[in-house]
Amino acid sequence: MARRKSTRGPLDYGKSPWLILFGLVTFILLYAPIAQLIAFSFNDSKRNIVWRGFTTKYYAKAWNDASLVEAFVNSMTIAVMCTVVATIIGTATALWLWRFRFPAKSAVEGVMVLPIVIPEICMGVAVLVLYSRVGNWMRGFETGPIHWWNELFSVWPLNLGAITAAHIAFSFPFVAVVVRARLAGFNREFEEASKDLGASEWQTFWNVVLPFMLPGVIAGALLSFTLSLDDFVITFFTAGPETNTFPVKVYSLVRRGVSPDINAASTVLIIITLVATIIAMRMQAPSKIEG
Amino acid sequence: MENWKQNKAVFWVTALPGIVWLLLFFLIPLALIWGMSFGEKTSIIDIEITGTLNNYIRSFEAVYVKIIWKSIWISVISTAVCLAIAYPVAFGICFSPARWRPLLLLLVILPFWINLLIRTYALIAVFRTRGTLNFTLEWFWNLAFLDKLIGPFQPLELLYNNGAVIVGMVYVFMPFMVLPLYATIERLDRSYLEASLDLGASQWRTFFSVTVPLTLPGIVSGIILVFIPMLGMFLVPDLLGGTNAIMIGNVITDQFKAANDWPFGAALSFLLMYVTFAALALRAFIGARMKAGVGI
Repeated sequence: MARRKSTRGPLDYGKSPWLILFGLVTFILLYAPIAQLIAFSFNDSKRNIVWRGFTTKYYAKAWNDASLVEAFVNSMTIAVMCTVVATIIGTATALWLWRFRFPAKSAVEGVMVLPIVIPEICMGVAVLVLYSRVGNWMRGFETGPIHWWNELFSVWPLNLGAITAAHIAFSFPFVAVVVRARLAGFNREFEEASKDLGASEWQTFWNVVLPFMLPGVIAGALLSFTLSLDDFVITFFTAGPETNTFPVKVYSLVRRGVSPDINAASTVLIIITLVATIIAMRMQAPSKIEG
Repeated sequence: MENWKQNKAVFWVTALPGIVWLLLFFLIPLALIWGMSFGEKTSIIDIEITGTLNNYIRSFEAVYVKIIWKSIWISVISTAVCLAIAYPVAFGICFSPARWRPLLLLLVILPFWINLLIRTYALIAVFRTRGTLNFTLEWFWNLAFLDKLIGPFQPLELLYNNGAVIVGMVYVFMPFMVLPLYATIERLDRSYLEASLDLGASQWRTFFSVTVPLTLPGIVSGIILVFIPMLGMFLVPDLLGGTNAIMIGNVITDQFKAANDWPFGAALSFLLMYVTFAALALRAFIGARMKAGVGI
Protein backbone atom coordinates (compact mmCIF):
# COMPACT_ATOMS: atom_id res chain seq x y z
CA MET A 1 0.00 0.00 0.00
CA ALA A 2 2.75 2.38 0.98
CA ARG A 3 4.31 2.05 -2.46
CA ARG A 4 1.14 2.89 -4.28
CA LYS A 5 0.59 5.99 -2.23
CA SER A 6 1.39 9.01 -4.36
CA THR A 7 2.11 12.53 -3.20
CA ARG A 8 -1.33 13.48 -4.47
CA GLY A 9 -3.90 14.30 -1.80
CA PRO A 10 -7.58 13.40 -2.24
CA LEU A 11 -8.45 16.95 -3.28
CA ASP A 12 -5.50 17.52 -5.60
CA TYR A 13 -7.63 17.15 -8.70
CA GLY A 14 -5.28 19.53 -10.47
CA LYS A 15 -2.66 16.77 -10.48
CA SER A 16 -4.99 14.08 -11.78
CA PRO A 17 -3.41 12.79 -15.00
CA TRP A 18 -6.84 12.10 -16.52
CA LEU A 19 -8.04 15.62 -15.89
CA ILE A 20 -4.81 17.08 -17.30
CA LEU A 21 -5.07 14.87 -20.38
CA PHE A 22 -8.72 15.81 -20.85
CA GLY A 23 -7.89 19.50 -20.59
CA LEU A 24 -4.98 19.18 -22.96
CA VAL A 25 -7.04 17.39 -25.61
CA THR A 26 -9.81 20.00 -25.26
CA PHE A 27 -7.34 22.86 -25.73
CA ILE A 28 -5.81 21.17 -28.77
CA LEU A 29 -9.22 20.57 -30.37
CA LEU A 30 -10.21 24.16 -29.60
CA TYR A 31 -7.16 25.67 -31.25
CA ALA A 32 -6.31 23.19 -34.03
CA PRO A 33 -8.90 24.44 -36.55
CA ILE A 34 -7.91 28.08 -35.96
CA ALA A 35 -4.21 27.24 -36.15
CA GLN A 36 -4.82 25.43 -39.40
CA LEU A 37 -6.75 28.38 -40.79
CA ILE A 38 -3.89 30.75 -39.98
CA ALA A 39 -1.21 28.33 -41.24
CA PHE A 40 -2.97 27.75 -44.55
CA SER A 41 -3.27 31.48 -45.20
CA PHE A 42 0.49 31.26 -45.82
CA ASN A 43 0.28 28.05 -47.85
CA ASP A 44 1.33 28.25 -51.47
CA SER A 45 -1.48 26.02 -52.71
CA LYS A 46 -4.90 26.89 -54.03
CA ARG A 47 -6.47 23.69 -52.75
CA ASN A 48 -5.21 24.18 -49.25
CA ILE A 49 -4.74 20.58 -48.18
CA VAL A 50 -1.01 19.92 -48.27
CA TRP A 51 1.71 22.34 -47.29
CA ARG A 52 3.46 23.57 -50.44
CA GLY A 53 5.67 26.28 -49.05
CA PHE A 54 5.39 29.72 -47.50
CA THR A 55 3.81 32.62 -49.33
CA THR A 56 2.14 35.91 -48.50
CA LYS A 57 0.55 36.26 -51.93
CA TYR A 58 -2.96 35.66 -50.58
CA TYR A 59 -2.56 38.65 -48.30
CA ALA A 60 -1.60 40.72 -51.32
CA LYS A 61 -4.59 39.29 -53.18
CA ALA A 62 -6.96 40.14 -50.36
CA TRP A 63 -5.42 43.62 -50.15
CA ASN A 64 -6.03 44.17 -53.87
CA ASP A 65 -9.65 43.06 -53.67
CA ALA A 66 -11.35 46.47 -53.60
CA SER A 67 -14.69 45.20 -52.26
CA LEU A 68 -12.98 43.29 -49.47
CA VAL A 69 -10.93 46.33 -48.44
CA GLU A 70 -14.02 48.54 -48.60
CA ALA A 71 -15.92 46.10 -46.39
CA PHE A 72 -12.99 46.05 -43.99
CA VAL A 73 -12.83 49.86 -43.82
CA ASN A 74 -16.60 49.95 -43.24
CA SER A 75 -16.30 47.44 -40.40
CA MET A 76 -13.48 49.35 -38.73
CA THR A 77 -15.37 52.65 -39.09
CA ILE A 78 -18.53 51.17 -37.60
CA ALA A 79 -16.52 49.59 -34.78
CA VAL A 80 -14.79 52.87 -33.91
CA MET A 81 -18.01 54.93 -34.00
CA CYS A 82 -19.81 52.25 -32.01
CA THR A 83 -17.02 52.12 -29.42
CA VAL A 84 -17.05 55.87 -28.78
CA VAL A 85 -20.82 56.11 -28.30
CA ALA A 86 -21.31 52.77 -26.54
CA THR A 87 -18.53 53.57 -24.06
CA ILE A 88 -20.08 56.91 -23.14
CA ILE A 89 -23.62 55.52 -22.83
CA GLY A 90 -22.47 52.36 -21.07
CA THR A 91 -20.37 54.28 -18.55
CA ALA A 92 -23.23 56.68 -17.81
CA THR A 93 -25.58 53.71 -17.32
CA ALA A 94 -23.11 52.00 -15.00
CA LEU A 95 -22.74 55.17 -12.90
CA TRP A 96 -26.50 55.56 -12.80
CA LEU A 97 -27.20 52.03 -11.61
CA TRP A 98 -24.27 52.10 -9.20
CA ARG A 99 -25.08 55.39 -7.58
CA PHE A 100 -28.83 55.65 -7.30
CA ARG A 101 -31.64 53.92 -5.54
CA PHE A 102 -34.96 54.33 -7.37
CA PRO A 103 -38.31 52.59 -7.75
CA ALA A 104 -38.49 49.49 -9.97
CA LYS A 105 -34.68 49.38 -10.19
CA SER A 106 -34.41 45.62 -10.52
CA ALA A 107 -36.90 45.65 -13.40
CA VAL A 108 -34.83 48.34 -15.15
CA GLU A 109 -31.67 46.27 -14.62
CA GLY A 110 -33.44 43.28 -16.13
CA VAL A 111 -34.39 45.24 -19.26
CA MET A 112 -30.87 46.66 -19.56
CA VAL A 113 -29.30 43.21 -19.87
CA LEU A 114 -31.98 42.01 -22.32
CA PRO A 115 -29.86 42.82 -25.40
CA ILE A 116 -27.17 40.53 -23.97
CA VAL A 117 -29.45 37.55 -23.40
CA ILE A 118 -31.96 37.41 -26.24
CA PRO A 119 -31.06 35.47 -29.40
CA GLU A 120 -29.17 37.73 -31.80
CA ILE A 121 -31.49 36.88 -34.66
CA CYS A 122 -34.47 38.39 -32.82
CA MET A 123 -32.64 41.67 -32.48
CA GLY A 124 -31.49 41.48 -36.09
CA VAL A 125 -35.00 41.15 -37.51
CA ALA A 126 -36.39 43.71 -35.05
CA VAL A 127 -33.90 46.34 -36.20
CA LEU A 128 -34.59 45.41 -39.83
CA VAL A 129 -38.30 46.08 -39.31
CA LEU A 130 -37.55 49.38 -37.55
CA TYR A 131 -35.36 50.62 -40.40
CA SER A 132 -37.80 49.59 -43.09
CA ARG A 133 -40.54 51.49 -41.23
CA VAL A 134 -38.37 54.57 -40.81
CA GLY A 135 -37.29 54.24 -44.45
CA ASN A 136 -40.89 54.17 -45.68
CA TRP A 137 -41.74 57.14 -43.53
CA MET A 138 -38.71 59.13 -44.72
CA ARG A 139 -39.58 58.49 -48.36
CA GLY A 140 -42.66 60.59 -47.75
CA PHE A 141 -40.35 63.57 -47.26
CA GLU A 142 -38.41 63.17 -50.46
CA THR A 143 -39.47 66.57 -51.75
CA GLY A 144 -40.35 68.15 -48.44
CA PRO A 145 -38.29 70.50 -46.31
CA ILE A 146 -36.20 67.73 -44.74
CA HIS A 147 -35.20 65.92 -47.92
CA TRP A 148 -31.62 67.01 -47.23
CA TRP A 149 -31.78 64.60 -44.29
CA ASN A 150 -32.06 61.63 -46.65
CA GLU A 151 -29.11 62.85 -48.69
CA LEU A 152 -27.05 63.49 -45.59
CA PHE A 153 -27.47 59.87 -44.50
CA SER A 154 -26.41 58.46 -47.84
CA VAL A 155 -22.94 60.01 -47.51
CA TRP A 156 -20.11 57.95 -46.02
CA PRO A 157 -19.68 57.41 -43.07
CA LEU A 158 -23.20 58.50 -42.12
CA ASN A 159 -24.69 55.79 -44.33
CA LEU A 160 -23.18 53.39 -41.79
CA GLY A 161 -25.14 55.13 -39.05
CA ALA A 162 -28.03 52.67 -39.10
CA ILE A 163 -25.76 49.67 -38.55
CA THR A 164 -23.73 51.57 -35.96
CA ALA A 165 -26.83 52.53 -33.97
CA ALA A 166 -27.86 48.87 -33.76
CA HIS A 167 -24.34 47.85 -32.72
CA ILE A 168 -24.37 50.48 -29.97
CA ALA A 169 -27.69 49.12 -28.70
CA PHE A 170 -26.29 45.63 -28.11
CA SER A 171 -22.80 46.64 -26.96
CA PHE A 172 -23.42 49.41 -24.43
CA PRO A 173 -25.05 47.01 -21.92
CA PHE A 174 -21.80 45.00 -21.99
CA VAL A 175 -19.83 48.19 -21.26
CA ALA A 176 -22.23 48.97 -18.41
CA VAL A 177 -21.73 45.50 -16.89
CA VAL A 178 -17.92 45.75 -17.05
CA VAL A 179 -17.74 49.31 -15.67
CA ARG A 180 -20.19 48.51 -12.91
CA ALA A 181 -18.16 45.49 -11.86
CA ARG A 182 -15.18 47.82 -11.56
CA LEU A 183 -17.20 50.39 -9.58
CA ALA A 184 -18.28 47.69 -7.11
CA GLY A 185 -14.74 47.88 -5.70
CA PHE A 186 -14.86 51.66 -5.26
CA ASN A 187 -14.92 53.07 -1.77
CA ARG A 188 -17.79 55.56 -1.76
CA GLU A 189 -16.15 57.44 1.11
CA PHE A 190 -13.65 58.92 -1.37
CA GLU A 191 -16.51 60.46 -3.27
CA GLU A 192 -18.05 61.83 -0.08
CA ALA A 193 -14.68 63.16 1.10
CA SER A 194 -14.17 64.94 -2.20
CA LYS A 195 -17.56 66.60 -1.96
CA ASP A 196 -17.03 67.49 1.71
CA LEU A 197 -13.84 69.24 0.72
CA GLY A 198 -15.80 71.44 -1.62
CA ALA A 199 -15.37 69.75 -5.00
CA SER A 200 -18.30 70.05 -7.35
CA GLU A 201 -20.18 67.09 -8.81
CA TRP A 202 -18.19 67.36 -12.05
CA GLN A 203 -14.80 67.80 -10.28
CA THR A 204 -15.51 64.77 -8.13
CA PHE A 205 -16.41 62.72 -11.18
CA TRP A 206 -13.40 63.87 -13.20
CA ASN A 207 -10.76 63.69 -10.44
CA VAL A 208 -11.96 60.89 -8.18
CA VAL A 209 -14.45 58.51 -9.78
CA LEU A 210 -13.19 58.48 -13.36
CA PRO A 211 -9.52 57.69 -12.57
CA PHE A 212 -10.69 54.76 -10.48
CA MET A 213 -13.04 53.32 -13.06
CA LEU A 214 -10.82 54.07 -16.07
CA PRO A 215 -9.48 50.49 -16.46
CA GLY A 216 -13.09 49.29 -16.52
CA VAL A 217 -14.00 51.93 -19.09
CA ILE A 218 -11.08 50.97 -21.34
CA ALA A 219 -11.92 47.28 -20.99
CA GLY A 220 -15.53 48.07 -21.85
CA ALA A 221 -14.48 50.13 -24.86
CA LEU A 222 -12.32 47.33 -26.25
CA LEU A 223 -15.12 44.87 -25.58
CA SER A 224 -17.60 46.93 -27.59
CA PHE A 225 -15.00 47.29 -30.33
CA THR A 226 -14.63 43.51 -30.70
CA LEU A 227 -18.38 42.94 -30.36
CA SER A 228 -19.06 45.39 -33.18
CA LEU A 229 -16.25 44.05 -35.36
CA ASP A 230 -17.43 40.46 -34.87
CA ASP A 231 -21.10 41.00 -35.37
CA PHE A 232 -22.52 39.18 -38.33
CA VAL A 233 -26.20 38.54 -37.67
CA ILE A 234 -27.40 42.06 -36.94
CA THR A 235 -25.37 43.56 -39.78
CA PHE A 236 -26.60 40.82 -42.10
CA PHE A 237 -30.15 42.04 -41.58
CA THR A 238 -29.47 45.78 -41.63
CA ALA A 239 -26.75 46.16 -44.26
CA GLY A 240 -27.78 47.57 -47.62
CA PRO A 241 -26.03 46.89 -50.92
CA GLU A 242 -23.68 49.85 -50.39
CA THR A 243 -22.90 49.17 -46.77
CA ASN A 244 -21.16 45.83 -46.78
CA THR A 245 -19.20 44.92 -43.68
CA PHE A 246 -16.29 42.55 -43.39
CA PRO A 247 -18.12 39.59 -41.79
CA VAL A 248 -20.99 39.92 -44.27
CA LYS A 249 -18.49 39.99 -47.15
CA VAL A 250 -16.63 36.98 -45.76
CA TYR A 251 -19.96 35.16 -45.41
CA SER A 252 -20.72 35.64 -49.10
CA LEU A 253 -17.23 34.32 -49.93
CA VAL A 254 -17.48 31.37 -47.55
CA ARG A 255 -20.71 30.23 -49.15
CA ARG A 256 -18.72 29.72 -52.34
CA GLY A 257 -16.24 27.44 -50.59
CA VAL A 258 -12.85 27.31 -48.92
CA SER A 259 -10.15 29.52 -50.39
CA PRO A 260 -6.83 30.85 -49.11
CA ASP A 261 -7.77 34.52 -49.55
CA ILE A 262 -10.54 34.06 -46.97
CA ASN A 263 -7.93 32.53 -44.68
CA ALA A 264 -5.71 35.58 -45.14
CA ALA A 265 -8.54 38.04 -44.52
CA SER A 266 -9.73 36.04 -41.50
CA THR A 267 -6.23 35.95 -40.04
CA VAL A 268 -6.06 39.74 -40.13
CA LEU A 269 -9.40 40.00 -38.32
CA ILE A 270 -8.38 37.36 -35.76
CA ILE A 271 -5.21 39.28 -34.91
CA ILE A 272 -7.05 42.59 -34.49
CA THR A 273 -9.71 41.06 -32.21
CA LEU A 274 -7.25 39.06 -30.15
CA VAL A 275 -5.00 42.05 -29.50
CA ALA A 276 -8.01 44.13 -28.41
CA THR A 277 -9.33 41.30 -26.22
CA ILE A 278 -6.03 40.62 -24.50
CA ILE A 279 -5.56 44.32 -23.67
CA ALA A 280 -9.16 44.43 -22.38
CA MET A 281 -8.59 41.41 -20.14
CA ARG A 282 -5.42 42.92 -18.73
CA MET A 283 -7.31 46.11 -17.95
CA GLN A 284 -10.06 44.19 -16.19
CA ALA A 285 -7.70 42.29 -13.93
CA PRO A 286 -7.63 43.98 -10.53
CA SER A 287 -4.46 46.05 -10.28
CA LYS A 288 -2.20 45.63 -7.30
CA ILE A 289 -1.74 49.30 -6.51
CA GLU A 290 -5.37 50.13 -5.94
CA GLY A 291 -6.07 46.79 -4.30
CA MET B 1 -26.47 54.34 -2.46
CA GLU B 2 -28.19 57.67 -2.93
CA ASN B 3 -31.90 58.16 -3.26
CA TRP B 4 -32.54 59.47 -6.76
CA LYS B 5 -34.49 62.45 -5.44
CA GLN B 6 -31.39 63.82 -3.73
CA ASN B 7 -29.70 64.66 -6.99
CA LYS B 8 -32.17 64.65 -9.82
CA ALA B 9 -29.89 66.42 -12.32
CA VAL B 10 -27.14 63.80 -12.11
CA PHE B 11 -29.75 61.06 -12.02
CA TRP B 12 -31.27 62.08 -15.34
CA VAL B 13 -27.94 62.90 -17.00
CA THR B 14 -26.67 59.37 -16.30
CA ALA B 15 -30.01 57.63 -16.83
CA LEU B 16 -31.30 59.14 -20.05
CA PRO B 17 -28.65 58.16 -22.64
CA GLY B 18 -29.06 54.45 -21.91
CA ILE B 19 -32.84 54.58 -21.58
CA VAL B 20 -33.33 56.56 -24.79
CA TRP B 21 -30.97 54.39 -26.84
CA LEU B 22 -32.46 51.17 -25.57
CA LEU B 23 -35.95 52.47 -26.23
CA LEU B 24 -35.22 53.65 -29.78
CA PHE B 25 -33.03 50.83 -31.04
CA PHE B 26 -34.16 47.88 -29.00
CA LEU B 27 -37.52 48.11 -27.24
CA ILE B 28 -39.42 49.91 -30.01
CA PRO B 29 -38.09 47.52 -32.69
CA LEU B 30 -39.07 44.57 -30.51
CA ALA B 31 -42.51 46.06 -30.00
CA LEU B 32 -42.78 46.54 -33.78
CA ILE B 33 -42.10 42.89 -34.58
CA TRP B 34 -44.29 41.79 -31.70
CA GLY B 35 -47.13 43.78 -33.27
CA MET B 36 -46.22 42.45 -36.69
CA SER B 37 -46.46 38.87 -35.42
CA PHE B 38 -50.23 39.52 -35.14
CA GLY B 39 -50.38 41.02 -38.63
CA GLU B 40 -51.17 39.96 -42.17
CA LYS B 41 -49.61 40.71 -45.50
CA THR B 42 -52.02 42.74 -47.61
CA SER B 43 -49.71 43.20 -50.59
CA ILE B 44 -46.05 42.65 -51.42
CA ILE B 45 -44.90 45.48 -49.19
CA ASP B 46 -47.88 46.32 -46.99
CA ILE B 47 -48.52 44.67 -43.68
CA GLU B 48 -51.61 45.30 -41.64
CA ILE B 49 -51.81 44.50 -37.97
CA THR B 50 -55.14 42.76 -37.60
CA GLY B 51 -54.69 40.93 -34.32
CA THR B 52 -54.76 37.59 -36.10
CA LEU B 53 -53.18 34.55 -34.48
CA ASN B 54 -52.71 32.85 -37.86
CA ASN B 55 -48.95 33.34 -37.84
CA TYR B 56 -48.60 31.50 -34.56
CA ILE B 57 -51.06 28.80 -35.68
CA ARG B 58 -49.07 28.38 -38.88
CA SER B 59 -45.90 27.67 -36.91
CA PHE B 60 -47.64 24.56 -35.62
CA GLU B 61 -47.98 23.14 -39.12
CA ALA B 62 -46.17 19.82 -39.50
CA VAL B 63 -43.25 21.26 -41.53
CA TYR B 64 -42.46 23.88 -38.93
CA VAL B 65 -43.11 21.68 -35.90
CA LYS B 66 -40.54 19.31 -37.36
CA ILE B 67 -37.98 22.10 -37.72
CA ILE B 68 -38.72 23.53 -34.26
CA TRP B 69 -38.44 20.07 -32.76
CA LYS B 70 -35.15 19.52 -34.57
CA SER B 71 -33.82 22.88 -33.36
CA ILE B 72 -34.70 21.88 -29.81
CA TRP B 73 -33.09 18.46 -29.84
CA ILE B 74 -29.95 19.63 -31.64
CA SER B 75 -29.61 22.42 -29.04
CA VAL B 76 -30.28 20.01 -26.15
CA ILE B 77 -27.66 17.50 -27.33
CA SER B 78 -25.13 20.24 -28.07
CA THR B 79 -25.72 21.83 -24.65
CA ALA B 80 -25.29 18.45 -22.94
CA VAL B 81 -22.02 17.78 -24.78
CA CYS B 82 -20.83 21.31 -23.96
CA LEU B 83 -21.55 20.68 -20.29
CA ALA B 84 -19.82 17.29 -20.34
CA ILE B 85 -16.67 18.89 -21.78
CA ALA B 86 -16.79 22.24 -19.96
CA TYR B 87 -17.34 20.86 -16.46
CA PRO B 88 -14.10 18.84 -16.26
CA VAL B 89 -12.22 21.71 -17.92
CA ALA B 90 -13.59 24.30 -15.45
CA PHE B 91 -12.97 21.88 -12.58
CA GLY B 92 -9.40 21.26 -13.69
CA ILE B 93 -8.70 25.00 -14.01
CA CYS B 94 -10.09 25.65 -10.51
CA PHE B 95 -7.86 23.02 -8.99
CA SER B 96 -4.74 23.97 -10.94
CA PRO B 97 -1.96 26.02 -9.29
CA ALA B 98 -3.16 29.57 -8.63
CA ARG B 99 -0.58 31.22 -10.88
CA TRP B 100 -1.73 29.14 -13.88
CA ARG B 101 -5.41 29.89 -13.51
CA PRO B 102 -5.70 33.29 -15.23
CA LEU B 103 -3.70 32.04 -18.22
CA LEU B 104 -5.73 28.83 -18.56
CA LEU B 105 -8.96 30.76 -18.29
CA LEU B 106 -7.77 33.21 -20.93
CA LEU B 107 -6.86 30.31 -23.22
CA VAL B 108 -10.37 28.86 -22.91
CA ILE B 109 -12.13 32.16 -23.53
CA LEU B 110 -9.91 33.53 -26.28
CA PRO B 111 -11.51 31.49 -29.11
CA PHE B 112 -14.83 32.91 -28.06
CA TRP B 113 -13.67 36.36 -29.13
CA ILE B 114 -12.71 35.17 -32.57
CA ASN B 115 -15.46 35.84 -35.05
CA LEU B 116 -18.11 33.11 -35.02
CA LEU B 117 -18.16 33.07 -38.80
CA ILE B 118 -14.40 32.51 -38.97
CA ARG B 119 -14.51 29.68 -36.43
CA THR B 120 -17.31 28.00 -38.36
CA TYR B 121 -15.35 28.46 -41.58
CA ALA B 122 -12.29 26.91 -39.90
CA LEU B 123 -14.39 23.81 -39.18
CA ILE B 124 -15.44 23.51 -42.83
CA ALA B 125 -11.77 23.14 -43.77
CA VAL B 126 -11.46 20.32 -41.23
CA PHE B 127 -14.58 18.37 -42.10
CA ARG B 128 -15.07 18.79 -45.85
CA THR B 129 -14.60 15.79 -48.13
CA ARG B 130 -11.05 16.82 -49.01
CA GLY B 131 -10.49 18.27 -45.56
CA THR B 132 -7.94 17.70 -42.83
CA LEU B 133 -9.84 14.98 -41.03
CA ASN B 134 -10.43 12.84 -44.10
CA PHE B 135 -6.84 13.43 -45.13
CA THR B 136 -5.57 12.24 -41.75
CA LEU B 137 -7.84 9.20 -41.85
CA GLU B 138 -6.56 8.33 -45.31
CA TRP B 139 -3.00 8.57 -44.09
CA PHE B 140 -3.73 6.12 -41.27
CA TRP B 141 -5.64 3.90 -43.71
CA ASN B 142 -2.63 3.68 -45.97
CA LEU B 143 -0.28 3.32 -43.00
CA ALA B 144 -2.16 0.20 -41.92
CA PHE B 145 -1.93 -1.17 -45.51
CA LEU B 146 -5.71 -1.22 -45.62
CA ASP B 147 -5.53 0.20 -49.15
CA LYS B 148 -3.78 -2.98 -50.23
CA LEU B 149 -6.18 -5.22 -48.30
CA ILE B 150 -9.57 -3.58 -48.80
CA GLY B 151 -9.11 -0.91 -51.42
CA PRO B 152 -8.53 2.83 -51.62
CA PHE B 153 -9.80 5.03 -48.82
CA GLN B 154 -13.32 6.37 -49.32
CA PRO B 155 -13.56 9.88 -47.85
CA LEU B 156 -16.35 10.24 -45.32
CA GLU B 157 -19.14 12.75 -45.89
CA LEU B 158 -18.75 14.66 -42.65
CA LEU B 159 -20.41 17.95 -43.58
CA TYR B 160 -24.04 18.84 -44.26
CA ASN B 161 -25.75 16.66 -41.69
CA ASN B 162 -27.06 17.02 -38.13
CA GLY B 163 -23.85 15.63 -36.66
CA ALA B 164 -21.80 18.41 -38.28
CA VAL B 165 -24.17 21.01 -36.81
CA ILE B 166 -23.86 19.52 -33.32
CA VAL B 167 -20.05 19.42 -33.55
CA GLY B 168 -20.07 23.01 -34.79
CA MET B 169 -22.36 24.20 -31.98
CA VAL B 170 -20.23 22.51 -29.34
CA TYR B 171 -17.04 23.92 -30.83
CA VAL B 172 -18.45 27.42 -30.97
CA PHE B 173 -20.16 27.58 -27.56
CA MET B 174 -18.04 25.39 -25.27
CA PRO B 175 -15.88 28.33 -24.04
CA PHE B 176 -19.02 30.19 -23.00
CA MET B 177 -20.09 27.29 -20.78
CA VAL B 178 -16.77 27.25 -18.91
CA LEU B 179 -17.19 30.78 -17.50
CA PRO B 180 -20.20 30.35 -15.15
CA LEU B 181 -19.00 26.87 -14.17
CA TYR B 182 -15.59 28.24 -13.24
CA ALA B 183 -17.18 31.04 -11.23
CA THR B 184 -19.21 28.63 -9.05
CA ILE B 185 -16.63 25.86 -8.72
CA GLU B 186 -14.11 28.47 -7.58
CA ARG B 187 -16.38 29.58 -4.75
CA LEU B 188 -17.05 25.97 -3.70
CA ASP B 189 -16.17 25.39 -0.05
CA ARG B 190 -13.69 22.55 -0.28
CA SER B 191 -14.21 21.47 3.32
CA TYR B 192 -17.53 19.91 2.22
CA LEU B 193 -15.62 17.70 -0.20
CA GLU B 194 -13.14 16.77 2.52
CA ALA B 195 -15.98 15.97 4.91
CA SER B 196 -17.66 13.76 2.35
CA LEU B 197 -14.41 11.89 1.59
CA ASP B 198 -13.58 11.57 5.31
CA LEU B 199 -16.99 10.08 5.95
CA GLY B 200 -16.17 7.32 3.49
CA ALA B 201 -17.87 8.43 0.28
CA SER B 202 -16.00 7.55 -2.88
CA GLN B 203 -14.68 10.24 -5.21
CA TRP B 204 -17.56 9.66 -7.65
CA ARG B 205 -20.17 9.67 -4.90
CA THR B 206 -18.69 12.90 -3.52
CA PHE B 207 -18.80 14.41 -6.98
CA PHE B 208 -22.42 13.55 -7.70
CA SER B 209 -23.83 14.08 -4.19
CA VAL B 210 -21.81 17.10 -3.04
CA THR B 211 -19.98 18.91 -5.84
CA VAL B 212 -22.72 18.84 -8.46
CA PRO B 213 -25.56 20.00 -6.15
CA LEU B 214 -23.38 22.79 -4.76
CA THR B 215 -22.40 24.05 -8.22
CA LEU B 216 -25.93 23.75 -9.61
CA PRO B 217 -26.45 27.52 -10.03
CA GLY B 218 -23.40 27.64 -12.30
CA ILE B 219 -24.62 24.63 -14.25
CA VAL B 220 -28.05 26.22 -14.75
CA SER B 221 -26.51 29.56 -15.80
CA GLY B 222 -24.19 27.80 -18.22
CA ILE B 223 -27.00 25.76 -19.75
CA ILE B 224 -29.17 28.85 -20.28
CA LEU B 225 -26.23 30.88 -21.55
CA VAL B 226 -25.48 28.43 -24.37
CA PHE B 227 -28.92 26.92 -25.00
CA ILE B 228 -30.66 30.18 -25.96
CA PRO B 229 -28.15 31.32 -28.60
CA MET B 230 -27.96 27.76 -29.95
CA LEU B 231 -31.71 27.65 -30.41
CA GLY B 232 -31.68 30.83 -32.49
CA MET B 233 -28.40 30.05 -34.28
CA PHE B 234 -28.39 30.72 -37.96
CA LEU B 235 -24.77 30.62 -39.14
CA VAL B 236 -23.72 27.16 -37.97
CA PRO B 237 -26.66 25.21 -39.45
CA ASP B 238 -26.42 27.36 -42.58
CA LEU B 239 -22.73 26.69 -43.22
CA LEU B 240 -22.25 23.21 -41.73
CA GLY B 241 -25.72 21.75 -42.08
CA GLY B 242 -26.65 22.98 -45.53
CA THR B 243 -30.15 22.11 -46.61
CA ASN B 244 -30.16 18.90 -44.57
CA ALA B 245 -30.09 20.51 -41.16
CA ILE B 246 -32.36 23.54 -41.23
CA MET B 247 -33.07 25.10 -37.86
CA ILE B 248 -35.55 27.73 -36.74
CA GLY B 249 -32.98 30.51 -37.21
CA ASN B 250 -32.70 29.61 -40.90
CA VAL B 251 -36.49 29.65 -41.30
CA ILE B 252 -36.69 33.10 -39.69
CA THR B 253 -33.93 34.43 -41.94
CA ASP B 254 -35.72 32.99 -44.93
CA GLN B 255 -38.99 34.73 -44.02
CA PHE B 256 -37.22 38.09 -43.86
CA LYS B 257 -35.07 37.57 -46.94
CA ALA B 258 -36.17 35.22 -49.74
CA ALA B 259 -39.70 34.20 -48.70
CA ASN B 260 -40.63 37.78 -47.77
CA ASP B 261 -43.27 36.84 -45.21
CA TRP B 262 -42.39 39.19 -42.39
CA PRO B 263 -45.41 38.59 -40.13
CA PHE B 264 -44.67 34.85 -40.03
CA GLY B 265 -40.96 35.51 -39.44
CA ALA B 266 -41.92 37.91 -36.64
CA ALA B 267 -44.11 35.24 -35.01
CA LEU B 268 -41.27 32.69 -35.19
CA SER B 269 -38.81 35.20 -33.66
CA PHE B 270 -41.25 35.85 -30.87
CA LEU B 271 -41.62 32.15 -30.20
CA LEU B 272 -37.85 32.24 -29.58
CA MET B 273 -38.31 35.26 -27.32
CA TYR B 274 -40.98 33.48 -25.28
CA VAL B 275 -38.63 30.53 -24.78
CA THR B 276 -35.91 32.98 -23.69
CA PHE B 277 -38.19 34.64 -21.15
CA ALA B 278 -39.24 31.25 -19.79
CA ALA B 279 -35.59 30.21 -19.41
CA LEU B 280 -34.72 33.45 -17.61
CA ALA B 281 -37.69 33.06 -15.28
CA LEU B 282 -36.58 29.50 -14.56
CA ARG B 283 -33.09 30.73 -13.71
CA ALA B 284 -34.43 33.43 -11.40
CA PHE B 285 -36.66 30.85 -9.72
CA ILE B 286 -33.82 28.38 -9.19
CA GLY B 287 -31.55 31.20 -7.99
CA ALA B 288 -34.14 32.26 -5.39
CA ARG B 289 -34.63 28.68 -4.20
CA MET B 290 -30.89 28.15 -3.86
CA LYS B 291 -30.50 31.39 -1.92
CA ALA B 292 -33.27 30.37 0.45
CA GLY B 293 -31.43 27.10 0.97
CA VAL B 294 -34.37 24.98 -0.12
CA GLY B 295 -32.58 23.25 -2.98
CA ILE B 296 -34.42 22.39 -6.14
